[in-house]
Amino acid sequence: MNISKWFAGIAILLAAPLFVSAQQGESHIGKVSGNAGAGKQLYYRYCWGCHGFRGDGSGENWMPTGSFASSPYLNIQPRNFVAATFKCRSTPTGTLPTDQDIYNSLVRGLTNSNMPSWITLTDQNRADLVAFIKTLSERWKTEKAGAEINVPAEPALTVQSIQHGKELFTKLECWKCHGPEGRGDGPSASTLTDSNDQPIRPYNFAGGSRFKCGTTNHDLYKIFMTGLDGTPMPSFADVIKPEDAWDLVHYLRTLQVSHKSPELVLWEGTKEGAEIVKAQKLHGTPTGSGVAQ
Amino acid sequence: MRIKNVFLAGVAVLTVSMIMPARPSGGTVSGKITYEGTPAKQKPIDMSKEPTCAKQYTTPPTTETVVTGANNALENVVVYISAGAPDEAAPSKAAVFTQKGCRYLPHVLAFQVNQELEVMNEDQTSHNIHPLAKINREWNKSQPPGTPPIVDKYDKMEFIPVKCNIHPWMHGTFAVLKNSHYAISGSDGGFALPNLPAGKYTITAWHESYGEQSQDVTISGSETKTVSFTFKAKPY
Repeated sequence: MNISKWFAGIAILLAAPLFVSAQQGESHIGKVSGNAGAGKQLYYRYCWGCHGFRGDGSGENWMPTGSFASSPYLNIQPRNFVAATFKCRSTPTGTLPTDQDIYNSLVRGLTNSNMPSWITLTDQNRADLVAFIKTLSERWKTEKAGAEINVPAEPALTVQSIQHGKELFTKLECWKCHGPEGRGDGPSASTLTDSNDQPIRPYNFAGGSRFKCGTTNHDLYKIFMTGLDGTPMPSFADVIKPEDAWDLVHYLRTLQVSHKSPELVLWEGTKEGAEIVKAQKLHGTPTGSGVAQ
Repeated sequence: MRIKNVFLAGVAVLTVSMIMPARPSGGTVSGKITYEGTPAKQKPIDMSKEPTCAKQYTTPPTTETVVTGANNALENVVVYISAGAPDEAAPSKAAVFTQKGCRYLPHVLAFQVNQELEVMNEDQTSHNIHPLAKINREWNKSQPPGTPPIVDKYDKMEFIPVKCNIHPWMHGTFAVLKNSHYAISGSDGGFALPNLPAGKYTITAWHESYGEQSQDVTISGSETKTVSFTFKAKPY
């Protein structure tokens, strides 16, 4: 009995390093397991032109060499996989994303950047790429992905919820960057830079584009709770209660005036909302709607 | 029984307090940080976009990329032992970084690896605290007025620039160091690293605009050695 326990212990000790090294070359997205060796082939076919030979985000499509060396071709630098700071995560700020998070970015692409959707690849291809991307940074060797933040079930959409979200938008000073109407023209907007000192624009809700990290209310919730690491967008996880967060989601949807969401329809059905949305659609100038500057 | 315990504890405390001052406190490295040349002129900060902060000043505060004192003294230089001293466990006291009047107090905060860091917001406006770590983890958190301190720690040595994206004039530094032998030069440029056991040390001085300089020094007994650094100032 004792001896068998002892043997089992030894077996676990011996197997542990094997298990860890195997994990580093793998990714797990649902039932699909990715392999870094296969991902490497794909990376040096599809990705390295922008993301670079070493994955540091300085491929020749980003910063050409020779006489054009000082003028980048791309207006947003490709992700630096060596630093492993990722915008789109379901994990807290400062932590590594899950395999699924990176996979989702490959599926979606990143709106308003040069990163396309890689929907043309197979599920297996994308899983393999995720596995390879994780070998490009030392961080994956010592750190695990962060724990996914808890997103509670979305409560029913009400006018009160939208109104409360509007108050939060003012109180939390989202408008400092995103503008009083969410047009990305707040007082700090023109000064923003990302973590590489490159100018960066806050999201313009009225512009009609998708969010950087997804399209659903669930995605929107995660965006402001996790923050977009490497950008000026901070995490609000410590300062917004989950029920308040959903109110903010409902209000933010009404700022997307060109996207007929259930939130916008409900908001336009109220006297207050109809006036605000009308002004936003027609003039695109600050309505001074409850924003004390 | 209980009285005896209390008595013994009392004796122990007395003994320790009697022994402590008698123990040799080791050597000291002290000196002065100066600059030569013309440092960049610091510009007044326009805080008009943040009235709650602007109204806290009668004259606008200036930027702090180079802060100088009389007789070419250079302030905000982190002086630390980069070689020769063993890594130390973090002290239990938290290092406190305060946002007040849309500025960072202190402008340069030094603390140890794995020491608790507390970030406070004493302003009536939201800040986002964005330490741009490259070796440690980079995070970015919003801190509206009246919310509890943000608590974190760093597990690797690094000089981390800190900024607030909402108020682009706010810049500071976290100096995460491996041991407790560090000092930040004051308005007279002076610094002191006391309680150094005998040994050979590399003393490094770091300034956010002028970079790093190092000097070797050997300490024996309880002597005080003078080590001074002069940085070349650039006017732009």
